[in-house]
Amino acid sequence: MAMVPKRRNKLLLIVGLLTGVAIIVSLVLYALSQNINLFFSPSDMAQGKAPIEKRIRAGGMVREGSLTRAGDSLKVSFLITDFVEDVNVTYDGILPDLFREGQGIVAQGKLNSQGVFVADEVLAKHDENYMPPEVTQALNDAQSKTQQKSQNTELTQ
Amino acid sequence: MSSLDWRMPRWFHQMGSPKWFYEWGGRLQSWFALAALVLLGWGMIWGLAFAPADYQQGNSFRIMYVHVPAAILSQSIFVSMAVAGAIGIIWKMKVAFMVARSCIAIGATFTAIALLTGAIWGKPTWGTYWVWDARLTSTLVLLFLYAGVMALNQAISERQTAGKATAILALVGTINIPIIKYSVEWWNTLHQSSSFSLTEKPTMPAEMYVPLLLTVLGSYCLFALLVLMRTRTQILQTQGHTKWLTQHPDIEGV
Repeated sequence: MAMVPKRRNKLLLIVGLLTGVAIIVSLVLYALSQNINLFFSPSDMAQGKAPIEKRIRAGGMVREGSLTRAGDSLKVSFLITDFVEDVNVTYDGILPDLFREGQGIVAQGKLNSQGVFVADEVLAKHDENYMPPEVTQALNDAQSKTQQKSQNTELTQ
Repeated sequence: MSSLDWRMPRWFHQMGSPKWFYEWGGRLQSWFALAALVLLGWGMIWGLAFAPADYQQGNSFRIMYVHVPAAILSQSIFVSMAVAGAIGIIWKMKVAFMVARSCIAIGATFTAIALLTGAIWGKPTWGTYWVWDARLTSTLVLLFLYAGVMALNQAISERQTAGKATAILALVGTINIPIIKYSVEWWNTLHQSSSFSLTEKPTMPAEMYVPLLLTVLGSYCLFALLVLMRTRTQILQTQGHTKWLTQHPDIEGV
């Protein structure tokens, strides 16, 4: 017995309903897409998409070697990057445990007119990789070995 | 229209018979219970106690072994609930509506577990319990959808009408599932992208990945067990007048 027409019609109705909802939701999400992002990237801020002197969030990867701490207070400053643009971030307070250079962060605060992001909250953004400590030790050793090697070849040339 | 004129296999229609479902469900229940016990027990103990600590998060990452299975299940259960509801509507199958009804509380619980364990994990790692990014917000919406389906189901006393109404709500709510899944890819979020996928290479070594796989599979078995138990209970509650049940050993003496 082939699929009863009534059943087929109900199936088509359900599929049609789902497709309709999907289209509506896609359009709504597209229209709101600027507001769904949790933070502005450095490129967004460089392109002027982020409002000045308004409470916003900025996110990016902390540039290696950019972290500077003030000697007498908790003030820190560092650069965040999305590998296209960089933004200077300043923060006065205790940084989260997982904060480190080469790791992502999401900061909340204001972008001032000189293009510096003055943060009052810094959150560490964790990537999706998990590794036991021995593996990172091995990686670091391997990295320093190759660095040594290239230094040696530079010296001998 | 000939492409739509196919026949559903016999077992599909058989599953719709309360008697058949009750008997076969009863047998499968024990197997799922055993599988859930073994997989969850092994996976949890391995993951929570013996897997190596993460180089960055230390031991606090272990909550992943509870958080990730709960999150995965919360989404799968919602889809299962919607599919069961659709089958109930299209094939007018009572048992399908019962299965959908069984899914509601289980899915809502897994969603709540995912949100709570996520918040607990977020505080030491991100620095906050909650943030309104796309992933967290859409998962909270999922919890609200479950609550809505639960409320609608209890508001309507006639079971078949309740089944149809909750099925429609569940089907419309299914659009949230791809939003949750792809929120970390489509938008800037605090929540990181997927660590666990059955189709891609894992982003962690085997000693960390295998216990996660075990807890996910074990959670699916737990879900199957609970759905079978709850559906069979509904069959007992509603089919009391049928001949096969009045003479059944399970309700002897009642």
